[in-house]
Amino acid sequence: MSLPASPVELTERIAEIIAAHKDREGPMLPILHDIQEEWGFVPEAAQPIIAEALGLTRAEVHGVVSFYHDFRDHPSGRHVLRLCRAEACQSMGADALAAQVQAALGLDWHETTPDGRLTLEPVFCLGLCACAPSAQMGDRLMGRATLAKVQRLVAGAGA
Amino acid sequence: MKDFIIPSRDMGTPAVKSDVIVNLTVDGIPVSVPSGTSVMRAAAVAGISVPKLCATDHVSAFGSCRLCVVQIDGMRGTPASCTTPVGEGMVVRTQTDEVAQIRKGVMELYISDHPLDCLTCAANGDCELQDMAGAVGLREVRYEPGQNHFAKRSAEGPNPEYRPKDQSNPYFTFDPAKCIVCSRCVRACEEVQGTFALTIEGRGFDSRVSAGMESDSFLSSDCVSCGACVQVCPTATLIENKVIEIGTPEHIVKTTCAYCGVGCSFDVHMRGEEVVRMVPSMDGKANRGHSCVKGRFAWGYATHQDRKLEPMIREKITDPWRVVSWDEALGFAADRLRKSQADHGRDSIGVITSSRCTNEETYLVQKLARAVFGNNNTDTCARVCHSPTGYGLKTAFGTSAGTHDFDSVEDTDLALVIGANPTDGHPVFGSRLRKRLRQGAGLIVIDPREIDLLSTPHMGDSMHLPLRPGTNVAVVTSLAHVIVAEKLYDEAFIREKCDWDEFLAYADFALDPKHSPEEVEKLSKVPADLIRKAARAYASAPRGSIYYGLGVTEHSQGSTTVMAIANLAMMCGNIGVPGTGVNPLRGQNNVQGSCDMGSFPHEYPGYRHVSDDATRELYQRVWGVELSPEPGLRIPNMFDEALAGRFRGLYCQGEDIVQSDPDTRHVTGALSAMDIVIVHDLFLNETSNYAHVFLPGSSFLEKDGTFTNAERRINLVNRAMTPKNGYEDWEVTQLLANRLGANWTYEHPREIMAEIALTTPSFANVTYDLLEREGSVQWPCNEAAPLGTPLMHIDGFVRGKGKFIHTEYVATEERTGARFPLLLTTGRILSQYNVGAQTRRTDNTAWHPEDILEIHPSDAENRGVRDGDWVRVASRSGDTSLRALITDRVAPGVVYTTFHHPTTQANVVTTDNSDWATNCPEFKVTAVQVSPSNGPSEWQEEYQSHSDQSRRILPTAAE
Repeated sequence: MSLPASPVELTERIAEIIAAHKDREGPMLPILHDIQEEWGFVPEAAQPIIAEALGLTRAEVHGVVSFYHDFRDHPSGRHVLRLCRAEACQSMGADALAAQVQAALGLDWHETTPDGRLTLEPVFCLGLCACAPSAQMGDRLMGRATLAKVQRLVAGAGA
Repeated sequence: MKDFIIPSRDMGTPAVKSDVIVNLTVDGIPVSVPSGTSVMRAAAVAGISVPKLCATDHVSAFGSCRLCVVQIDGMRGTPASCTTPVGEGMVVRTQTDEVAQIRKGVMELYISDHPLDCLTCAANGDCELQDMAGAVGLREVRYEPGQNHFAKRSAEGPNPEYRPKDQSNPYFTFDPAKCIVCSRCVRACEEVQGTFALTIEGRGFDSRVSAGMESDSFLSSDCVSCGACVQVCPTATLIENKVIEIGTPEHIVKTTCAYCGVGCSFDVHMRGEEVVRMVPSMDGKANRGHSCVKGRFAWGYATHQDRKLEPMIREKITDPWRVVSWDEALGFAADRLRKSQADHGRDSIGVITSSRCTNEETYLVQKLARAVFGNNNTDTCARVCHSPTGYGLKTAFGTSAGTHDFDSVEDTDLALVIGANPTDGHPVFGSRLRKRLRQGAGLIVIDPREIDLLSTPHMGDSMHLPLRPGTNVAVVTSLAHVIVAEKLYDEAFIREKCDWDEFLAYADFALDPKHSPEEVEKLSKVPADLIRKAARAYASAPRGSIYYGLGVTEHSQGSTTVMAIANLAMMCGNIGVPGTGVNPLRGQNNVQGSCDMGSFPHEYPGYRHVSDDATRELYQRVWGVELSPEPGLRIPNMFDEALAGRFRGLYCQGEDIVQSDPDTRHVTGALSAMDIVIVHDLFLNETSNYAHVFLPGSSFLEKDGTFTNAERRINLVNRAMTPKNGYEDWEVTQLLANRLGANWTYEHPREIMAEIALTTPSFANVTYDLLEREGSVQWPCNEAAPLGTPLMHIDGFVRGKGKFIHTEYVATEERTGARFPLLLTTGRILSQYNVGAQTRRTDNTAWHPEDILEIHPSDAENRGVRDGDWVRVASRSGDTSLRALITDRVAPGVVYTTFHHPTTQANVVTTDNSDWATNCPEFKVTAVQVSPSNGPSEWQEEYQSHSDQSRRILPTAAE
């Protein structure tokens, strides 16, 4: 989950990822997902390479990358805790929960702990409106979240 | 004469072509429009303006601002008029209480995130947001001040959403604080320019216009500064720096750009006698509302401090210049010209006409040679660019010009681009071609270099045939070989419009195994299967067009390649129908016109030979003098004769032959041998270093006249300001002629055009009245075609039957060997123009401050050259030094540079080889060696010191 030592390595690895998806219909998102998977974020240097390979410009790739909040422009902590802030969760006390979690973890939105273990992110709807407020840690989703449940989730993930 | 013309109205969405007409009523007014037209445009046709922010007729409708909502009987809700197509019998209401409420609500939201600094805003009075607030009757904004993008600080501290202005581009400023994210700029960059340099980053409240990526500025992004985004911006977000500096313009003069052969129409926005900005005209038939960085922004040279506004003379070229009166300068010039003729004969002097001046000015300069000097010693810089086009196309088709108009590209299915670099050399045409490529048209590029057109975003299939410089004839003939061998030719067309037997003879010639792709691969290094594929693609495209440039003509076999191209088009039936044709992309704004106007030593205006008795008698009658039936000297012959002591005087208008002609030392030697060299130019150029008389010229902004572009379009040039030097160029030529006893009495260029029309059949119907009425016309414009001829050879060729000419490949004498193993080819770059006299005196140098040498990584490595190193380029003629750029855009064995900067003097290395038919120099092939160097060569330093010496001007005596 860190950048390779040399730009040449980066370019080569991105080229491999692109080659794996180039012939699909709509190859850009799968490519971006794989890049994020590889390094934990989408390095800006990847954008012109993707653009050239797909017959686009780097502005267009930047437009796509920046449109999706899930694509990061810098590395996150090893774990990412996401709290839903969408309307349904707000109506069920998401804002208050967020304030408690922020205070307990000592993190503001988009911040990472100094040891690089955990990043806190807002998210707008996890599709769990029926059991709001909701949270997510890695692949694990949580409904009816409380401070205590969230803290257990964090501890359980070793973060 | 200032034309005050109200700018063309924005119709909201682009015009639609359809044969089906739809009838509807808008606010009770009946209106009929082509099917597919938007309700918004139909309303505009009916004279009704629907409020709008994101819509403009430059780009397709987007439907994001929701201000243009209307009500349509029988339709639910309030559809956006920009994205709703018209329907038969539709009843549209643009002003109802319901839409008024919606619009007010929308405007309130927009204004809630906009700084209300209208009084001090650069767009004050020219702002669509302001106009719309007025149009919808916005009287209050009920939203509390909160999160916004425009305030630098809030009560809590700096505003994290605020971003400072991007002033990296020298011509315009991007101020995100004023942006309403209508995305017009992004869409104009994509749809109009085709560069895709802009995007909307983020989403929702975070949406912003971004040039390139996060780390890019406008200058570092892919932006080519065409100005399309600035033109469509409804607010002051993207605005010309000149408008910020000066304020809003108060009148408009229509004119024609004086850069390349595209001939874009422009509205010059003026404030008194000062240009505020140049905006491309939507009704310009060559450019359809688009422009490039040169025409749009690089006009500052016209008022540059380097411009010389007073006549100057000197006895010897080693003397400093002496500023004198017009009277003294003209007297000095006339005396020396007459003395040369008295001492060395009537044929010892001549003229070079300019491809940058107007038709009328060019006509007068050649008339000066023919009627006043009494010889035919007139030539023009077309000699060094497109003379093979004139010769080749005249021989094949019967006219010395391209066959189609630029609009035709909208119908092409495949464009074959040979030896041209449209996105740099002819950028507006390049954008129009790219638009067609995005719609799916195929592209074949035959060029030693991988030009930018090949990396057009979102284009369909393309092929690149990277041939070795100098092998055009072999490759194009090989395409013919494949077409004949595989019987892909259009027999019906050939039988009808050409001579079938002649074709069969040509087919036999083409079938010779030496023209097979395999054989040609050995010479050209183009893979045989690629030649086959390209031939099949061109022959099978329903409408295949050919566009070519100086990469075709500037060769020892330039004329042969032009004929080979003509053969290709004829055998595939690609002539006479929109979307096809053979179209030379001509270099300078009026190179077509200067050729039309009789600038060549063997031809009167309209390409009639000087030995033709009827034509000569006509001119003798009109001009009232005896005329010589002997063709005069071509430019290279003038130089040779000068070195032999027989050619002694030259009047050179608006051309820098020292920099633009090949083998610089030969040229300077010839000029140094003359008794009188008169340079008529805006600046003391390189040629004036060898001149005795300098006559200050006027820029295109200061004169009336016409330019003829690459599609034979005669465009009006209108004077926007008084000539700073006192006279328009045609007046100066007339003054000189009259000093030589001519007694010319023209009072306005329209009188000169009347004389041209009177004496030239293809211009018979051209008058200023017609041009003012029609905007422009394409010659031939006469009885048979009273409004001109967009497409030629529709019902058959002008010469009768199209002529197939055998195109034998003969290798150039310029060969590589042990001493000079690389081939140098030359070209252009977008931001600079020709010898750079104009563009170097503008902020365009931000993009191209010096000429650089492109070299393939393997060639660079062999020579120990690193990126950015100084290298010496040496040929059999000379050497120069410049910096290297290592790139695989050029093939191994090929190096490439531009000739925009006099300090590089790329033409010191080019040779005096030339086209067999027209003497067009072989700029595109020079055998060279490249080696590391420490800096400028000895020649460059010597030249610089001579140049500095010869530009000294004596101080004028204090009064």
